[in-house]
This record gives sequence, structure tokens and C-alpha cells, in this order.
Amino acid sequence: MTVPADLTHEDYGGHHGPRKGLLRWVTTTNHKDIGTLYLWFSLIMLFVGGAMAMIIRAELFQPGLQLVNPDFFNQMTTMHALVMIFGAVMPAFVGLANWMIPLMIGAPDMALPRLNNWSFWILPFAGTLLLSSLFVEGGAPAGGWTMYPPLVLQTGAAFPMLIFSVHLLGISSIMGSINIIATIMNLRAPGMGYMKMPLFVWTWFITAFLLIATMPVLAGAVTMLLTDKYFGTSFFNAAGGGDPVMFQHIFWFFGHPEVYILILPAFGIASQIIPTFARKPLFGYKSMVYATASIAVLSFIVWSHHMFTVGLPVGAELFFMVSTMLIAIPTGVKVFNWVATMWRGSMTFETPMLFAIGFIVLFTIGGFSGLMLAIAPADFQYQDSYFVVAHFHYVLVPGAVFSIMAASYYWLPKWTGHMYDEKLGKLHFWLSAIFVNLVFFPQHFLGLAGMPRRIPDYAVQFADFNMISSIGAMGFGLSQLLFAYIVIKTVRGGAKASDEVWEGAQGLEWTLSSPPPYHSFSVQPVIR
Amino acid sequence: MERHSLRPLLMKLFAIPILMFGFGYLMVPLYNVFCEVTGLNGKTGRLSAAEASLLQEDLSRLVKIQFVTSVNQDGPWDFRPAETSMMVHPGKPYTTKFYAYNRMDKTLVSQSIPSVAPIQATRYFKKTECFCFIEQKFNASEAREMPVTFVINPQLPEDVDTIILSYTLFTKTGT
Amino acid sequence: MERRTIVAGSLPMLLTPLTALADWELNMPRGVTDLSAEIYGLHMLTLWICVGIGIIVFGAMAYSISHHRKDKGHKAATFHESTTAEIIWTIIPAIILVSLAIPAAQALIKIEDASNADLTIKVTGYQWKWEYEYPEEGIRFFSSLDSKSREASTLGSGIDPASIDHYLREVDNPVVIPVGRKVRFLFTANDVIHAWWVPDLAIKKDAIPGFVNDMWAKVNQPGVYRGQCAELCGKDHGFMPIKVIALEDADYQQWVAEQKQQAAAASAASDREWSRDELLTQGQKVFTASCAACHQATGLGIPGVFPALKGSKIATGDLNAHIGIVLHGKTGTTMQAFGKQLSDADIAAVITYERNAFGNNMGDIVQPAAVKAARQ
Repeated sequence: MTVPADLTHEDYGGHHGPRKGLLRWVTTTNHKDIGTLYLWFSLIMLFVGGAMAMIIRAELFQPGLQLVNPDFFNQMTTMHALVMIFGAVMPAFVGLANWMIPLMIGAPDMALPRLNNWSFWILPFAGTLLLSSLFVEGGAPAGGWTMYPPLVLQTGAAFPMLIFSVHLLGISSIMGSINIIATIMNLRAPGMGYMKMPLFVWTWFITAFLLIATMPVLAGAVTMLLTDKYFGTSFFNAAGGGDPVMFQHIFWFFGHPEVYILILPAFGIASQIIPTFARKPLFGYKSMVYATASIAVLSFIVWSHHMFTVGLPVGAELFFMVSTMLIAIPTGVKVFNWVATMWRGSMTFETPMLFAIGFIVLFTIGGFSGLMLAIAPADFQYQDSYFVVAHFHYVLVPGAVFSIMAASYYWLPKWTGHMYDEKLGKLHFWLSAIFVNLVFFPQHFLGLAGMPRRIPDYAVQFADFNMISSIGAMGFGLSQLLFAYIVIKTVRGGAKASDEVWEGAQGLEWTLSSPPPYHSFSVQPVIR
Repeated sequence: MERHSLRPLLMKLFAIPILMFGFGYLMVPLYNVFCEVTGLNGKTGRLSAAEASLLQEDLSRLVKIQFVTSVNQDGPWDFRPAETSMMVHPGKPYTTKFYAYNRMDKTLVSQSIPSVAPIQATRYFKKTECFCFIEQKFNASEAREMPVTFVINPQLPEDVDTIILSYTLFTKTGT
Repeated sequence: MERRTIVAGSLPMLLTPLTALADWELNMPRGVTDLSAEIYGLHMLTLWICVGIGIIVFGAMAYSISHHRKDKGHKAATFHESTTAEIIWTIIPAIILVSLAIPAAQALIKIEDASNADLTIKVTGYQWKWEYEYPEEGIRFFSSLDSKSREASTLGSGIDPASIDHYLREVDNPVVIPVGRKVRFLFTANDVIHAWWVPDLAIKKDAIPGFVNDMWAKVNQPGVYRGQCAELCGKDHGFMPIKVIALEDADYQQWVAEQKQQAAAASAASDREWSRDELLTQGQKVFTASCAACHQATGLGIPGVFPALKGSKIATGDLNAHIGIVLHGKTGTTMQAFGKQLSDADIAAVITYERNAFGNNMGDIVQPAAVKAARQ
């Protein structure tokens, strides 16, 4: 037994199993419980943010204002982004990390179980604080999730709530990340060198470093906003010698790594699932690791491509254009490696595989529009148009969200001990895949034809594609109810899952029973 | 696998976010230096009159300087350049004036922010005397002319034939 | 370059049947300046490169998915790395990217060269309208969403946007530029960041309070080019359109002369004393143009949406409050501030009209001098 001394003294909430009742969830320090909490939280937030998206798309169904006034519309776009990024996608990935990283590296739990409890329980408070701003005077923040001053400084009573909830969300993910790094560095099973770690662990390892390096920068930027508004500082106030554009630089110095925080774990998930269902080892493991690391490093030097229209010197525009284009290379390597993994495999197409393939194809389309956006002169036309909306939704919805769905189907039998309903799962995939394209593909055309983002009403020539997009959105939204139904049904019962679950599955998590014991790997396995 | 106490690792890990929080603030002076070097955001440098006199006059070249003004937030001011443009030789100091009038029947304080376009020119536009960044107190209905003395560095890139000097007048509250 | 023109040239043919339906616009406009055409070319080049790579990657995936399946009895191979393959699919994309970066860099350098401009127009973004100033000509005016679009775009207006010409893309005062001359636009803002975007001119530039940005366009053909604000700037971000009219030089000069005349006339009009009849006649004209869209020609407004002026507290109440609301608007409502858009004389006239029409019969009149005083 090689568990470090300070861990054996930890109380994991009862050595023989979970506590009874609600208190189990409040006081738990068990990585599986906390992972479950994260995943439920993110599912709820997915529907909250999704409801906001439905309001947005319903208003945009046809020209003219039918449902909401422009100010409320702006509140919806702002809150939809914040809720989806900080409430749905990031907690879902952290939940997956909590559940799977200890199982994948053969650790008994996370390295810092009590901190883990805190990281999660901050979230519901931060989320409630943010959402309750909808009910204060002046309504929720309406200046966009990017919080650009001076506009964001016009926010009413919701302003301090916005800033503090961002702080809390940041603290939560920093603590979560530190925990993940500590777990990976200290609790790997004997024999599991870094280059033997599953790719999901690797991508999260890199993501966690991105998080602890960039979330504090965001915290700093919003703190400057706070002092500018209430304490007379002039960081972003031109009258006092500041510069509103500087906020954009600081924000995107955080913001660009942030978008990779939202996608690197997805790369990891695809790299777990594709080999399983191709019954063939992952192609180019090492190059996958290096590609992930180089994407992470490059993400720190590309931020100004979000700001090509603010008026940058030509030299800076050239630099950020070229550095952004460089990211296409490691990203391409990853896509090629996945295709090579599928190549000459013996594939079956269960729901996780379908979502993983859907992820690769649709994420690649988002990557293509990303390359187009990198071309600075063309970006003068794309910037802040629906083309950008289409681009980042392709990367985040059939990208990040599909990967989370894939992971859920992939590991759900392991977590619950029950098989999900394969027929319903496949139905969920096909509905999602068709509707997601119906929502977002026409938005490329809208942007190219000149429709700006974040507008509640539009010129009549944009009507047709908007209507298609709105219909797609309603369909996509409804399809996700099916997902919730499948998950709940699987939790409550179903065919017994085997330990291995999937025929081609490799890795430590599949050596455990389904569901795994409350305390797994109390004796660490030894990797040859 | 060799294991050791978590503490040193955690110290390092917690240090990263704390340092990065500081780095966020460090970006403020870094940004200003970057702007100074590249001319970004048009906050052009100052020059003392003595330094300006050392610049070589280039009488073979004429550059057009345009003056534009804005009043932020619809402030109660008349604010305009005395002349809309002038032709200047690089290296030679010139003086022009901006006219400001406080339309309110109470004392107001203004602060004017300069900006120069195009970006390629900002580094070469040097002011030796300027009312910018300094709070200016105006009595009720007071009108005043505010001079600006500037010189164009003769190293101004060949392809720049026009430089725009913009002033935005902000009303400082809490007089 | 050769290939790009061929590629770029072949797409319009493919798209012709679709673009015939104006509403199904699929692609970036080629625009009306040399730069916009160059940007369009870059866009198409990148797009076709992406399509090409997509066909190869998705083709390989599709082949694999249809052939390398367990239910077809395909046995899995065991290969899992190849340094050669990794090198190939690192180098080839790198070469493609370099071939893209070169024309992009060239275009960028051209775009940023605003030298030898023939005239300058200063564009100022406001919440939520644009102001255009021609410093050398002494012309200055505001440009806001036209009243018909504003009326139709009000929540629950019940007006079909399709019945309105250029819904949300029409303004009261368009900006006018000459064809074939290099126009330098200067961008700044009054309050928050806006962005001035006209796709046909391939200009999108942020207007930032306290700072000036510049960009230029040389339009090749006369016409009307429309766009709108592209940077979220608050409640009415979606309602601050841009309309650029490009005129032949002679027509442009005539427009400039007219603008100067109008400005002089307005200033002269504001300096003299007006008779009651004059004020009422002019007031009715201004009311029809600027107020009737909401308050209606009858002065009855639209119940629940736009207040009636007939018998209203403001139109039959304190005169200074009435002048104040016309000058400064009312925040939180669609009542705009007309102070910068209308001359003193027009404001005096319209207020006089409102206080004496619709059976309000207040009997008082407002002189331009009173408006001028109220502005200070």
C-alpha cells in the first residue's frame, strides 16, 4: 500500500459507504459523489441556459419584436453565455474529471478531498447569485459575457452580483484545477508514468494548468471593473488616462485560453472513445500529447485575434494572424490521428461512438471557420457577425457539449451499473446531430450576408435563415429532454452492465465493478 | 512510484493563481509601455521644447495635420479647433489653438484626451505643450483658447501624408 | 494569384440560381471597392482550401466508417503510430498556411495605408445613432433609424416589417460620399464602444470613446450601401443602421452645397423672431416628419405604446418642461433627444404646433431664442 500518509488519515465520509440522506451530498469528500454533483449541476444549468437560448431564438424567429424588449434580449444573450460556459460546460468537465481521473490513474480518491467538496459547493451559490440578478432593478447584466467597458459599467444593481459571481466561479475552478493537478502528479498508480496516462487525464492535466494561469487574470480584470465603477480608479476610463481597449486585451488574454479550456478535455474524451469502438489503439499517442500541449502554449499568444477591428498596428495584426493560423497545425494533427485510429479498425457504432464521430466532424467544421476567422483582412468582414456566432457554437455545441454527451453515454454504465437504452441513445444522437446543424449552419450565411450578432431584430433579408435556425433550435432543445430522460432512466435501473462494459475498452476504470465500489483502488494497482 | 508530501507541490500550485492575479494588474503598465512603443491608442509622447529644437527641420516635405474634436457624453461644451487643418514641415514646431466654452451657468472641470491617427504616425507626433490630461477649470459660461505646440519627427514614414490629432473633452464630475 | 481568380470566379456561377432569391443570400458580398473585392477573394480562397481539406478528411472517415466495421467482419489492424505520417500531416498544412498568410498579409498592408485621402469624414457613435461630420466642409448631422422602422420594431406594434422599405436599414439622414475618391473615415464614440460596419465597403472598425480609429474606402460605383452597428452598445444596438450613398463627383458637390445652404438657412432662421402662423406652419411639417410616426398625425398616439399629445400633461403643461423633453428625450422610452437633430427654429415650431393643435389651444408660442436659451 503506497497511499501517502496524509491521505490515509482523511475521512472519506465513512469508510464503509456513503452516509444516508441529504447530508451525504453536503458533506461528501468522495470523488464519485462530487463528480455526480458536478454532473447534475451542469445538467440543470444546461437546461437553464438552454431555456435562455430558446427565448433568444424565439424572438429571432421572425423580424420585428414579438416577445421581449431589446434590453431583456441583451440580458438573455449575456446570461446564456455565462450560464453555459461557467455553469454547464466547465462543471461538466470537472465532474467527469472527478469521476474518472482517480479511476483512470488508479488513485483511491482526489488528492485534496475536502477542497474538492468546497470547489463544488461554491458553484450553486455563484450560480444562484448570477441568476438572481435577473430579478433586481435594471435586470441582469446585458453588456455581453465579454463585459466590455464602458458598456458594462452601465449595468444597474446586477453589476456587483456579476463581478462577485465571476469571482466565485473562478475560485471554484482554480481550486478544482489545483486538486486535479495534485492528484495527477501524486496519486498515479505505481508504474503509470506520465506517458502512460490515458489521454483524458493528459488533456485535463494541461487544461488545469491553463485554468490556474488564466482564471486569476479574469478575476483581476473584473476587479478593475469593480474599482472603476465604485472606487474612482481609471483603468478603463479614458478621461482618467485609462483605455477601454486595455480591458479587451486583459479579458482575451484570459478568454482565449478559456476557449481551449472548454475544448481540450473534449479532445481527451474523443481520444478515449474512438479507440474503444474501433478496437484499435489510439494512433499517435505521443503526438496527441504534444499537440495538446502546443495548443495550450499557443493559446497564450493569440488573444488579439478577437480584436482585429479595434485598431491595432499592422505588425500586431500580422503577428496575431500568423500565430492563430499556427494553431491549425496541432489541431489538424489531432483530427488526422483520430481518423487514422478509425482507419482499418473493427468499428461498431454505439451511442458514445456516434457522438464522438459527430464531435470530430462538426468540431472540424468549427475549426475550418476558425481558420477563416484567423485571416485578419477577411475577419474585418466576419468580426462580430453571425459567422462568429456560428463558428463558436460549432466548436462549443457539437464540439464540447457533444463530447460531454459522448462521455456520459460511455461511462454511464460504469457509474450506475446499468446499460442505458441504446435505441433511445441513438435516437438522441440523430436528433441532436440533425438539429444542431439546422441551428448553426444557416448562421454562417447570415453572418456573411451582413447580420451582426447580439441583435434582437433584423432586416427582412435575413428572415428565412433565421426562421430555419430557430426551428432547429427548438428541435435541438427538445431533443435534450430525451437525454435527461435517458440518464434518469439509466440511474434508476436497466440491464446490468458488465465490468468491462465495452468490448474494446482499455484502461483501469474497466477493471473495476460496475458500479465501482464507493472506495475504489484503496490498494493501488501496479501497472506493468 | 516514489511519493512525497503534497505540501511543497501545493505551495507551488497555489502560488500560480496568486502570481497570475498580479500579472493581470501588471498588464496595465505593460500595456502602457507597449502603447508607447508601438503608438497604439494614440497616446503620443511628450517632448521638451529643448529636445524638439534638436530635431532637423525638413523643409522639403509638407504634412497635413487635421484637427478634430469630440465632447464625450454630450457634455455641455462648445469645443472646436481654431483651424481645421494646417500644413507643416517635419522637425519644425507649430502652435495651434482649441476653443472651449462652458455652456453651463456653473463651474465645470474638463479633461481632454488626445488621440492620433493613423497608428503608423503616432510615434512621430510629439507635443511640447498641451492641455491634455490636465484638469481645466472653467467658470460659468467661460470661454477659453487652449494652445497646443507640437512637432513632427522628421523620421515620419514616407507614406504618411496626413496626421489627425483628435481631442475628446470629458466633463469631470464632482467639481 | 492565378488560381485564386479562377476559384473566386467560379463560385458566383454556382450560386447564381440561389442569389436570384435575394433573401437567401449565402455569401459575403464582393463589395464595391478594390479592397472589398480582394477581401472577398481571400475569403473564397480560404473557404475552398477548407472545403478541399474537408473532402479529404471526411472522405477518409466515410470510407473507413463504411468499410472498417465489425458487422462487415473487418478485423482491426494493430498499427498505432507512424512518425512519417505525423511529419507529413504537420508539414503539408504548414505549407498551405504559409500560402494563405502571404496574400492575407499583402491585403492587410494595403488596408492599413490610408495615405493620400481626398476627404475626411468623422463618424461618431452614440447610443443609439451615428453622427457624421465633414470637418473641411463644415457639415455635421445625425443619422438615426427612420421613424417607420422604429414604429414597426416596437414590441407588439403589429406592423409587418416586410411592409416597410429597408426595414431597420433606413435612416433619416444618410452619409454621402463621392465615387472614385479616397475617403478617410475617422471613428470615435460619445459613450460606449460601437462599430461601424458596411459590408459592401469592407469596413468594420470600432468607434471607441476618447480615441480615433481610421479606415478608408474608394468606392467604384454609385449606389446605396447599407450596414449597421456591429459592436454591442446597449439596448438599441440593433437599431442604429448605416446608409451610405455614393454619388458621382458633381452630384456630391451639389449635395455639399445644399447641406451648407441648409445649415446657413437653419442658423439664420433661428436668429430671427417668428410669427405665430409661421411657427404653426413649420411646426406641422416638422411634426409630420419627426413625431407623427409615434404620436400619430391626430396627436392621439397609440394607447399603451405611444402617449397621446392631445391634452397631455406635457403639451398642456409647463413650457420649459416641454422644451426639455423635446431637446433631451426621455430615458427608458423611445422618445429620442431631438436637441442635436433639429434646429432651434424647428424645435420652437414643433412645440408651438403641439401646444396649439389637437384642440390643445394653449395659445402660447415659442421663439427659437427660447430654445437656444434652454439648450445652455
